[in-house]
Amino acid sequence: MWTQFFQPIDFYVIVPQLELTLFACGILLMDFLLDREHKYLNAVAALLGIVFSGVRLWQMRNLDFVAFNGLLRVDPFFVTFGFIFLAATAIVILMSVRYMEVEGEHDGTYYALILFATVGMMFIAGGTDLITLFIGLELMSLSFYLLAGYLRADRRSNEAAVKYFLLGAFSSGILVYGFSLLYGVSGSTRINEIAFAVGQRGVTDPIVFLATIAIAAGMFFKVAAVPFHQWAPDVYEGAPTTITAYVSVASKSAAFAMLLRLFLIPMWPVRANWEDILMVVAVLTMTIGNFAAITQENIKRLLAYSSIGHMGYILLGIVAGNETGLMAAMVYIIAYAFMTLGAFAVVVGMRRRDLVGDQITDMAGLFFKNPAPALLMIIFLLSLAGIPPTVGFWGKYLIFASLIESQRYVLAVIAVLYVAVALYYYFRIVVSMFMADPREPGKMSLAPGLVAALVVTCLLTIVPGVWPEPLFRLAQASILRSIP
Amino acid sequence: MEFSPATILNWILWVPIAGAIVALFIPREAKQAHRIWGNIVLFVGFLVSLPLVWWYDKSQAGFQFVYKRPWIPTFNIEYHLGIDGISYLLIMLTTVLGFIAVLSSWRLIQERVKEYYIMFMILQTGMLGVFMSLDFILFYVFWEVMLVPMYFIIGVWGHERKLYAAIKFFLFTLLGSVLLLLGILALWYYNQGVLGNPQTFDVTKLMELGVPVEWQRWIFWAFFVAFAIKVPMVPFHTWLPDAHVEAPTAGSVILAGVLLKMGTYGFMRFSLPLLPDASREYAWIMAVLSIIAIVYGALVCMMQKDMKKLIAYSSVSHLGFCTLGIFVLNQQGLAGSLLQQVNHGISTGALFLIVGLLYERRHTREIVAFGGLSTPMPRFATIYMIISLASLGMPLLNGFIGEFTILLGTWQVSIAWTALAVLGIVLGAAYLLWLYQRVMFGEVTHVENKSLADVNLREMVTLVPLVLWCFWIGVYPKPYFEILEKPIAQLVQRVQPRPAEEARQALPVVLPAPQAEPASVPGEQR
Repeated sequence: MWTQFFQPIDFYVIVPQLELTLFACGILLMDFLLDREHKYLNAVAALLGIVFSGVRLWQMRNLDFVAFNGLLRVDPFFVTFGFIFLAATAIVILMSVRYMEVEGEHDGTYYALILFATVGMMFIAGGTDLITLFIGLELMSLSFYLLAGYLRADRRSNEAAVKYFLLGAFSSGILVYGFSLLYGVSGSTRINEIAFAVGQRGVTDPIVFLATIAIAAGMFFKVAAVPFHQWAPDVYEGAPTTITAYVSVASKSAAFAMLLRLFLIPMWPVRANWEDILMVVAVLTMTIGNFAAITQENIKRLLAYSSIGHMGYILLGIVAGNETGLMAAMVYIIAYAFMTLGAFAVVVGMRRRDLVGDQITDMAGLFFKNPAPALLMIIFLLSLAGIPPTVGFWGKYLIFASLIESQRYVLAVIAVLYVAVALYYYFRIVVSMFMADPREPGKMSLAPGLVAALVVTCLLTIVPGVWPEPLFRLAQASILRSIP
Repeated sequence: MEFSPATILNWILWVPIAGAIVALFIPREAKQAHRIWGNIVLFVGFLVSLPLVWWYDKSQAGFQFVYKRPWIPTFNIEYHLGIDGISYLLIMLTTVLGFIAVLSSWRLIQERVKEYYIMFMILQTGMLGVFMSLDFILFYVFWEVMLVPMYFIIGVWGHERKLYAAIKFFLFTLLGSVLLLLGILALWYYNQGVLGNPQTFDVTKLMELGVPVEWQRWIFWAFFVAFAIKVPMVPFHTWLPDAHVEAPTAGSVILAGVLLKMGTYGFMRFSLPLLPDASREYAWIMAVLSIIAIVYGALVCMMQKDMKKLIAYSSVSHLGFCTLGIFVLNQQGLAGSLLQQVNHGISTGALFLIVGLLYERRHTREIVAFGGLSTPMPRFATIYMIISLASLGMPLLNGFIGEFTILLGTWQVSIAWTALAVLGIVLGAAYLLWLYQRVMFGEVTHVENKSLADVNLREMVTLVPLVLWCFWIGVYPKPYFEILEKPIAQLVQRVQPRPAEEARQALPVVLPAPQAEPASVPGEQR
């Protein structure tokens, strides 16, 4: 096995990642040649890289191929997540141009780091080996630590980066400890082989249990599940808003891709060990996320807590563990990605030279100044709250259906009641936008990139809301083939 | 798409939304254009619903004008529309009241006119969808969609405490409806997971399941919370006075006229036929809650200083009659209940228009601010009198027919309940007439009231049709009962398949029931 070299075809399947890497390096070089007015070309190059990568990914949509002797697997699961990452990255880049100009930190490193993070995520989604998964995770996380602190002059941004880095490094350590235990029991880092070994050891084995706990803790940190969520609000608040959006969407989707791969393959045989843990964590996550969001005055913090709540819902889909539940988790991740990006895009648009624009009161009377973004914000918020006909409703609907189907009625009741709580705090923003008088006359600056980001996210929130069938099919195809 | 009996429901449903989309492109500054367009759209909405009158077949009990297309095949969710006598009457009520409510807003709404009319058109589609959907998820989607425009109508164009009232309305209803969703999913799971049938959300198919009674109990309460909040039944009524008082006139008209009916409609369309055993089992609880609502609502009305609040609480009382009629579970009770729902829509809708009319002139709703208005406003006085009498149940007007039929149905189950409900009618007469007396009779105590303008042409157009409708139902209710006869008989058959005598014993009767009336003979009506 060790003597067998990698095949050329192996490199073919990582072309999407390679292209992104090349473009990222290219941007780093190109950045030196650009003067201040032309820095936007970095963003153009980054978008171009994403398009190239997307085309190659599209060509692999029907593949199911294990590459690099089992280090990577290219399957619909990977392709779907790959597209989520690429789309999210593209939207974030679109939002970034004007925002970073206003912040005065607009240079190529920013876009290069975003692309590197994307590469990391794609390796996470494709990884079927603990090493690949870990390297992907670290590549993503390191890029994010830097990006969170990208506003060098801003103390909150620095604080966010340090907090994120310390806690992130710590949790990665715990995760790796779990990995090492798994390696200990199986003598392999391939998740399929680990699944076999773990299955033989069974649920009563203390080492397997310890590994489960360690991995669960590490993953809970990455998805910001209670009680490992404390980093999220501070990082969200301090990081540049575009990066907040990116962290909350892409890094969480990537973490869920990893969590799904780990819990559905190597940990699946010892499901009894983690099912209850996951359930308790999910309920706590929903509870703390939703209740803490009520009192927030800062929109970024509010969205941070609400995103913690959303993670609870996705975890519930995994707790249900049946076909509908996993499909629900997938649909929810996709839905969450685009509605959250949309909401953040509006917050990004609030940023002007004279206004940070991340307080709820900053949105006062937005509708009278900028009706279109305010209306879009309502759509995103309704979707986040789970009101039909938006995509957010279908995510929640599937979660509830899976809980009923697996006869977890109490969980289902708890989960539905938090919809009302969530609506309450989301509508605080709506009240501010529509029913309060404008505090100051300044309008939003709607850069073309931002408009494009808003239009795309709005379409991706409304169209699958009215016609969810393709989304359901996609979710089914991408997850059901990848699970035992 | 051609306009035919096969597609008419689509037309009725989507005309308002189509109007809203067009209105999006009319510039904000053209307020007058928005007013005219809004009125045209909802009038057309009414016109396209008119052919139902000729096309509806009274001799059938089942669903008509059915339109069915797959929507989400993964879960076998369908775009499935269809109506029977119950929904038919409520749809007509919705299209008529929708037009009247919009017409009544002509002068009141001066700000954000564009958004106002768009919200109303979305609301109209949401409400109509609720009454037409025969697929549970489609129903749920409309049920929730409708909350959003209503939230904005209260929250943006309402009065002083509008924000509080709007979010309270939204949260209460949402809390109920998410539990409704769980109930729906439980039915879906029972069908597919327990029985192993192909999955479906088709209401007509789910009705045939014969869900075991243990399941029915849980689902019944899940449905109950949603529908009872919407009706609203005591103890869930607290959102209603706030929402009504703070909403603009047209919002109140639609809220009282149509939105509240969704709760009672939910009971009739879903709770009863899907969960007949649980409905029978808990009928007494529902009846007791209804009677509490009737008496409590009426008593609270006596104490109100605000006209609008008084009428809001009178809705609690009147809707108590409707739920009582539903849960006596016999032909008269159910038919009377539905007719009373229509009646309440007409007369309470008109009462809110009347309050709105006074508010437009005086910008207050305090009862003490008025008095002696019949001198400056004679035409107004006549209309208001007729509507008040209709609302309190005067014979020859609509309220009497509905309440009397409900009481007839209640009598077959319990004399005590009937007696208590009659108490509600007596109190109803008291508070409505007392209100009329304080507002209209006596000397004109405030100078401003001396020169109040009488009802103008536009206001006449909103009120006179409702007055005529009151007389029509009051004098000649036969067509209505004919429409309701077959569907209600089928419903009674479903929920009360046992002989009447046994059924009576199943209910914890407070007093021995009379022997004479043969209860619940399908098809027999006065």
